[in-house]
Amino acid sequence: MSAITLNTLLPGDVATIVSIHAEEALYLRLQALGFRSGKQIELIRKASFSGPLQVRIGTTDIMLRRIEAIKISVEK
Amino acid sequence: MKKIALLGMPNTGKSTLFNRMTGGAARVGNWPGVTVELLSGKILLGSDMVEIIDLPGIYDLHGFSDDEQVVRHFLHDNVPDLALVVLNTTQIERQMSLLLQLKQLDMNIVVILNMADEAKKFGITVDIDKLSALLEMPCFLLSAKYGGGYPEAVEAVTKALRYPTPGMAAELRSQLEKDELIEIEMAKVLKNTVQVPAQLSDKLTERLDSIMLHPWLGLPIFFGIMYLLFQGVFFFGQPLQGIVNDMLVWLREAALEPILSGLPQAAQGLLLDGVYNGVATVAAFVPIIVLFFLFMAMIEDSGYLSRAAFLMDALMSRLGLDGRSFVMLLMGFGCNVPALMGTRVMRSRAMRLLTMLVIPLSLCSARLQVFIFFTAALFTAQAAPLVLFTLYLFSFATAILTALLFKGKFKSTEPFVLELPPYRFPTARQMTMRGWLEVRHFLRRASKFIVAGVVIVWLLTNLPPSAAPASADTWAGIIGTALNPFFAPIGINEQLTIALIFGFIAKEIVIGALAVIYGLSGEALSGAIGVQLDWVQAYSFMLFTLLYTPCLATIATLQNESKKIGFTMLSLAWSLGLAWLVSFTFYQGARALGY
Repeated sequence: MSAITLNTLLPGDVATIVSIHAEEALYLRLQALGFRSGKQIELIRKASFSGPLQVRIGTTDIMLRRIEAIKISVEK
Repeated sequence: MKKIALLGMPNTGKSTLFNRMTGGAARVGNWPGVTVELLSGKILLGSDMVEIIDLPGIYDLHGFSDDEQVVRHFLHDNVPDLALVVLNTTQIERQMSLLLQLKQLDMNIVVILNMADEAKKFGITVDIDKLSALLEMPCFLLSAKYGGGYPEAVEAVTKALRYPTPGMAAELRSQLEKDELIEIEMAKVLKNTVQVPAQLSDKLTERLDSIMLHPWLGLPIFFGIMYLLFQGVFFFGQPLQGIVNDMLVWLREAALEPILSGLPQAAQGLLLDGVYNGVATVAAFVPIIVLFFLFMAMIEDSGYLSRAAFLMDALMSRLGLDGRSFVMLLMGFGCNVPALMGTRVMRSRAMRLLTMLVIPLSLCSARLQVFIFFTAALFTAQAAPLVLFTLYLFSFATAILTALLFKGKFKSTEPFVLELPPYRFPTARQMTMRGWLEVRHFLRRASKFIVAGVVIVWLLTNLPPSAAPASADTWAGIIGTALNPFFAPIGINEQLTIALIFGFIAKEIVIGALAVIYGLSGEALSGAIGVQLDWVQAYSFMLFTLLYTPCLATIATLQNESKKIGFTMLSLAWSLGLAWLVSFTFYQGARALGY
């Protein structure tokens, strides 16, 4: 049950957000879209050619780039 | 006049509500404290005229994206009499935070829980009376798209406007840094009023996404949709442009020419070939812009545009752009003008400017006409398609080069974290409204500039009165001669230089201008050009035509959308410089190789 980063999840994986290590602008945007520690997050799919990730938190589907996903630690 | 500010997160249907309230009678305008233009409309509520302002969608009142700053500055300098806050009911647990932030500003607020129809489908129930009581604000369930709940909400807005605004603290930020209080209040309000099923079941969106965003099928489907969109706009657009053109010719021959026949020759020329042709140039864009935005509204409102961003991001992020830029760039291959206007979907200004710098390099249908004429005149039927193809390659290559060179200068600082909204059916009402608003915007902002430009070029090619039109003795001819040291090294002669001056207005008239310059038309013209030029000169001319300033309408739109003369100048200087360099390299290289 060690913490890993969001980008290492596989499609279909469900995890819990542990912490977000992002600069202020990104942090505020993530907060507003529902990224908070303790929340459940599901990885829906990854775009080909190292493209962005599609994740689901609660009722919202969100896309974010892998470099941004690295900044989010989760626990499976 | 009292002011109502429309506030909410992105994807809440705020603009749909705005369109419903104003009935499409909106205008864009400037406001104190903010640098971007905002859409507003005046409507009659009760017995008073009030103004509704559609503010950009924001996630967070104290965020730092361009839009969030706009909203904060707007509220600071233009305290509204009422804030109409729109929430997406299906995402209410997340969107409540923005409402509570706004509530702390002590504004007069009416809350709209929009997309009530969708929420019902998801099984989300809201106890609206209890919610109103807990929030101490009037709340209404509404479907802005279909109009359900609309009369009640309008009545509440009218009533709320009768009371004065309680007053709003000037120091917005210090007021707002109370995240914890907001979280606690949010939990309390939601716990008592809203029931959300544990797992939302939007099976349709999920099934569609599994095809549309499929690892292998996603991209081919995307290109298929883009192809249909492109073909759709021009399949319907070109006949419409033809009809508009026929009507204008008919009006000229049946009415204007007889009326003006009493005037001296020069005055007739100025009015008909100058001013009236300018009006005709503007009119030619109208059908394309309407159709483009009809289709764009469909792509945008259905939720597919953010899927396109998802699919194309891997490639575009390396160029400092995103998938939405790619859609606009592709549309630029039809016509640059609506593509530039369409960049408004990008909320980061830096990325939008970078996209606007790249779009004018797309080989639009007007330039294609020039190339078809020249390739037919100078190349065999077998070689011609290949030559055209290389021009498309040049168009793509220079676009990529431009993005790579300028991505450092126009660096987007906004995080690329976007919502993927569920697929929705766009309504015909929304689509037509969009097309109509964009055309009005174009006419209001670009028409004077375009007409003035056409008149100036007419004067240049017809003065002094003693010279034959478009000949070497006219001012245009004199300019052409003066520019010869620049154009000789790229193999472009004086006649073609005059044609390029015409091409500044619109590429559609280049061939017509050549006909006037050479005094020949049709087969005879292409024959004469085929004899006078060799293929190296012709290809150099085509490269220059491809890359230099697309047309007056594009310049007018660049200025209009960027609002920065410096940016418009940069785009002009870059395209001219690039055109010259590419043509020079090609022409001198080919000559050095002995062609």
